[in-house]
Amino acid sequence: MDLGTFLIQCLNALQYGLLLFLVASGLTLIFGIMGVINLAHGSFYMIGAYMAYALAPWVTTTLGGGFFTTLLLGLVLAVLLGYVLEWLFFSYLYEREHLQQVLMTYGLILVFEELRSILVGDDVHGVSAPDWLSGTIALGSLMTYPVYRLFISAVCLLVALAMYLVLSRTRLGMAVRAGSVNREMAQSLGVNIGVLYRVVFAAGVALAVLAGMIAAPVSSVYPGMGGQVLIICFVVVVIGGIGSVRGAFVAALLVGFVDTFGKVFFQEAAGVLVYLMMAAILLWKPEGLFRQG
Amino acid sequence: MPNFVRPALVISIVVALAVFPLAAGKYEVDLIAKILVLAIFALSLELLVGQTGLVSFGHAAFFGLGAYTTALLLQDPDPRSFWLVMAAAMVVAALYALPVAALCLRTRGVYFIMVTLAFAQLVYYVFHDTKIAKGSDGIYLTGVPAISFAGWVPFDITKSLPFYYVALALLCAVYALLAMLERSRFGRALAGIRVNEQRMRAAGFATYPYKIAAFVIAAMLAGLAGFLKATKDGYVNPEMLAWHESGAVLLMIILGGLGKLRGAVLGAFAFVLLQEVFKNDAIFGEFAKRWQLLLGFTIIVCVLVLPHGLVGLPARLRRRERHDG
Repeated sequence: MDLGTFLIQCLNALQYGLLLFLVASGLTLIFGIMGVINLAHGSFYMIGAYMAYALAPWVTTTLGGGFFTTLLLGLVLAVLLGYVLEWLFFSYLYEREHLQQVLMTYGLILVFEELRSILVGDDVHGVSAPDWLSGTIALGSLMTYPVYRLFISAVCLLVALAMYLVLSRTRLGMAVRAGSVNREMAQSLGVNIGVLYRVVFAAGVALAVLAGMIAAPVSSVYPGMGGQVLIICFVVVVIGGIGSVRGAFVAALLVGFVDTFGKVFFQEAAGVLVYLMMAAILLWKPEGLFRQG
Repeated sequence: MPNFVRPALVISIVVALAVFPLAAGKYEVDLIAKILVLAIFALSLELLVGQTGLVSFGHAAFFGLGAYTTALLLQDPDPRSFWLVMAAAMVVAALYALPVAALCLRTRGVYFIMVTLAFAQLVYYVFHDTKIAKGSDGIYLTGVPAISFAGWVPFDITKSLPFYYVALALLCAVYALLAMLERSRFGRALAGIRVNEQRMRAAGFATYPYKIAAFVIAAMLAGLAGFLKATKDGYVNPEMLAWHESGAVLLMIILGGLGKLRGAVLGAFAFVLLQEVFKNDAIFGEFAKRWQLLLGFTIIVCVLVLPHGLVGLPARLRRRERHDG
């Protein structure tokens, strides 16, 4: 492998890993703080991608806005969705066993998939990147790399930075960290856990939707895309340690690199490498890399 | 409930299932046969999840291994002994389960769920990406397993009706076995591990071998279900090993109600029959195409109103009556 190819694979791995981080960070927070195993998290990613597909034409014609207006509108809708879902369904489940939550969120997946089918249909659609991001840049003398993929990585890094600042520097972040280490203790020290849950859930949904929206031009949108991302995100969450955003970041990059380079070096066994890595890490550290508390 | 009601209920359900094919068409018989096989699969997982408290998200690996063993043993047209192939399917599943259990049981809780998934994905990719069994295309069974008495084969098991009765008999056998296990010292120990493992250890039980034993028995019974599935369909493919399958069987036992053997059987019936009903356009007309929506909402409502699954329904209704009266 020459240097150019190696660089391109590195960039791909980085972009894939960072995108996984966006989805997995929400999942790990919902899991770590609310104690809810949310199978429907992949559906939020799917909903985001379909929003990018369905909202963009409408935003351009009616609002006259562009790419960022679509993103913003999508995020607002995502927060609303998360808020309503938490209120209608999830808030009844906190005292229940994990497996009851699994069953209910599975029901939600079915509902979301069917609503998607009713509203948008079952076809595969391409989504075009905005013009100013659709070029390529030269890497060395022969290779080029699409600008849009760099844009994805940049957005993800910005979001990761923002999350880091919110979690480590604000009062809300402190409550979130306290909640992920010891929920009862945080509650007894005066954190309003009901509000915290709703905020965390809405933020998690928004992150997954954002990931779906910015990934849509690269991955195109297709039925079942949520299920694929869901399992790999659970792998990320578990490797990183449940409830740890930092762990999710490291684990997502690990998974991104192992998966991308696995596909380059061993086409035969690419799929299994990530799972082997997870098994190895969990046998070495049974609670993930960065489990707190 | 008086003492005689429960045995009477069980007997009448078995009798009803036994006479069902006399009144039903081929489609219905095949459908119920499919559910009987899934019920065995669900029961095997119930031993692990409901009885021992170990939530496995990789149980399809053993189901699929049983099915693939069956398919690979039946690659030439000569019939082979039913019992031999069945035993082979169960042994292969157990052989894989032993090291997997030994490793997975070092972790607990959600981490255990994910490591079992990892080892199941391992098998999935072995069959999906290598040419052992034609990769993602799957393979057909060319031979049939035959139950023979001194060279005389009384029936062809691949036909609907004989298969139905064999599956029903095996389901009853598995249910009886697990019911006995539940009442045995071994079963009590598993229940103790589910409720409080620390205390079991303090009481002098080496819990690790107990958990491994439960895992291996569950895998063998899943292998049995896989053997039946392969025999019924005459075809296996890697999707039988995929996490969707592990997820589906987990959903069945949760829907039915954890901790009760009958919950697993009830869940398998409810899960498949609900799909059938919602897909039926004679009942739902145009809306039948949207069956997932109905199934999804039904599941959500079940979770919200039935905290103990479908087996908790009678108790819940009784409590309601008492409140009203």
